[in-house]
Amino acid sequence: MIIKDRVIKYGNNIDTDVIIPARYLNTADRRELASHCFEDLDKDFKEKMKEKKIIVAGSNFGCGSSREHAPLSIKESGIKAVIAVSFARIFFRNAINIGLPVIASEEAAKHIEDGDEIEIDLSSGVIKDNRSDGIFRINPLPDFIQKVIKSGGYINYIRDSVNK
Amino acid sequence: MRKEPIKEMGSDNRAQAIAQKIIANHCDRDYVSEGEIVNASVDIVLGNDITMPIAIEEFKKIGADGVFDREKVVMVPDHFTPNKDIKSAQQCKLMREFAGEYNIKNYFEVGSMGIEHALLPEMGLVLPGNLVVGADSHTCTYGALGLASTGVGSTDAAVAMATGKLWFMVPRTVKFIYSGDLNKWVTGKDLILYTIGLIGVDGALYKSMEFSGPAVSRLSMDSRFTMSNMAIEAGGKFGIFEVDDKTRAYLKERSDGNYEVLSSDADAKYEKIYNIDCSDIESQVAVPHLPSNAKSARDIKNVEIDQVVIGSCTNGRMEDLKIAAEILKGKRVNNNLRTIIIPATQNIYLEALKKGYIEIFIKSGCVVSTPTCGPCLGGHMGVLAGGERAVSTTNRNFVGRMGHPDSEVYLSGPAVAAASAIAGRIAIPEEVM
Ligand code: SF4
Repeated sequence: MIIKDRVIKYGNNIDTDVIIPARYLNTADRRELASHCFEDLDKDFKEKMKEKKIIVAGSNFGCGSSREHAPLSIKESGIKAVIAVSFARIFFRNAINIGLPVIASEEAAKHIEDGDEIEIDLSSGVIKDNRSDGIFRINPLPDFIQKVIKSGGYINYIRDSVNK
Repeated sequence: MRKEPIKEMGSDNRAQAIAQKIIANHCDRDYVSEGEIVNASVDIVLGNDITMPIAIEEFKKIGADGVFDREKVVMVPDHFTPNKDIKSAQQCKLMREFAGEYNIKNYFEVGSMGIEHALLPEMGLVLPGNLVVGADSHTCTYGALGLASTGVGSTDAAVAMATGKLWFMVPRTVKFIYSGDLNKWVTGKDLILYTIGLIGVDGALYKSMEFSGPAVSRLSMDSRFTMSNMAIEAGGKFGIFEVDDKTRAYLKERSDGNYEVLSSDADAKYEKIYNIDCSDIESQVAVPHLPSNAKSARDIKNVEIDQVVIGSCTNGRMEDLKIAAEILKGKRVNNNLRTIIIPATQNIYLEALKKGYIEIFIKSGCVVSTPTCGPCLGGHMGVLAGGERAVSTTNRNFVGRMGHPDSEVYLSGPAVAAASAIAGRIAIPEEVM
């Protein structure tokens, strides 16, 4: 699967309170959550989203709360993947579990600039930056996690394994 | 002269840290290695009014007949409760109906509810040696009892509720050895803020944090819960203390003693060991907008504040209320601010009432609330306006955490919070007593 789009770039320690503020957690409605995604971090997020659908960020992306509403609101907004130097543990789990592609690559995250058009090839594990022709290899994910991703998320994976 | 052989490390060294031992015990193994992914059984699965509605949706998709064990699923409506608006009422209703439908034993309705991470240990639901997951990031709090507990998402909670199992990556361990005497007014909060200041908000990313050393044995259980609680603020997966006499005394009235006490092997592998001298640590404040921005409170001058919050799963326990009462007794809080005190559970509330603390708080001009997360996450009961500033005993000072994105939260322990309430600006107890 190849994901190709332009990049919105953010900094280090993007926490779950700015991804989706707690004042909106009185609902589990995905559309509504998505409409407030990144509201406190970047007022122009929705505007940028029209032509940029990959997020590239610094270290510890998604730190803070365990709210699955964070990756859900990102996914529902239409963001296709998040690349970061590193991810906070619970956010990373949640993203894998709901099927939002998350890629930890320090090299790629530091090189890629806001607005760059990039191509992520998840099967061969390569990120290409079309601005600079930079090529970045992604460390392969553990087998188990690849299986979860292939099933389309943790719930599907469990359902598949129960039905086997 | 013959040299001692160098001790073999790596795969030949089967010594384990406590986190490894607990995980190994829960997947029928003697040994698990760091970085390995295992499918382990869990002892408790927790959820709240924010995370459960999504977990319930996902649970239904699995198509399981019921939960894996009706006594091991715990549900606590504590975030937006008593229901702050119609939407949160709907969320709570969903969880209440699910609890009824699946006959969940440990569903805590408003009236017996407390903030989940104060409530579960108090009720004896989490015990040494357990492996616990909760759809709430501060589930790591229970590590104070010599167990491994960690926050997960709603989908994880759904799978764990249905199957009693979950995937875990076995973490590496970082050890913190605290020595030296504690300074006056210094509690677990100051130690943990100092520690996060030292290692940063991702200083223990994906790691198990082990808190040990002679100073730790002098800490109260309440202070230990505070420290384990904030392991996640350094990115940690677990924040574990080993069981000692204080732990056993705490558990005496809460369990039948049927639990397994584990400790790290003497030659366990640690990724890093930090030696921290507590006599260097004064009352701490973490300034906006990261918990790692810790400074000595006495070095923060002239920061005027609009609100003080004493409560939360971090510092809403007896020790915290006692310190606040000691400082506020016979004084008035500053006219220019609001002080909100939230005992974390009904039992703590009642005990504070019996001890006369609640009267002290009310006479000094504080508001005392029923247990709730409330302002900690900017939910209700003390949301900040744009430009306002709070000193709070909670655990996060991210942008917008307590309300308006232009408001600010300064994190502290109960002593600085109470002193600041009197002074109207960030202050240490010595300035107001
Ligand atoms: S008190 Fe605050 S940090 Fe603790 S569970 Fe509630 S919202 Fe989360």
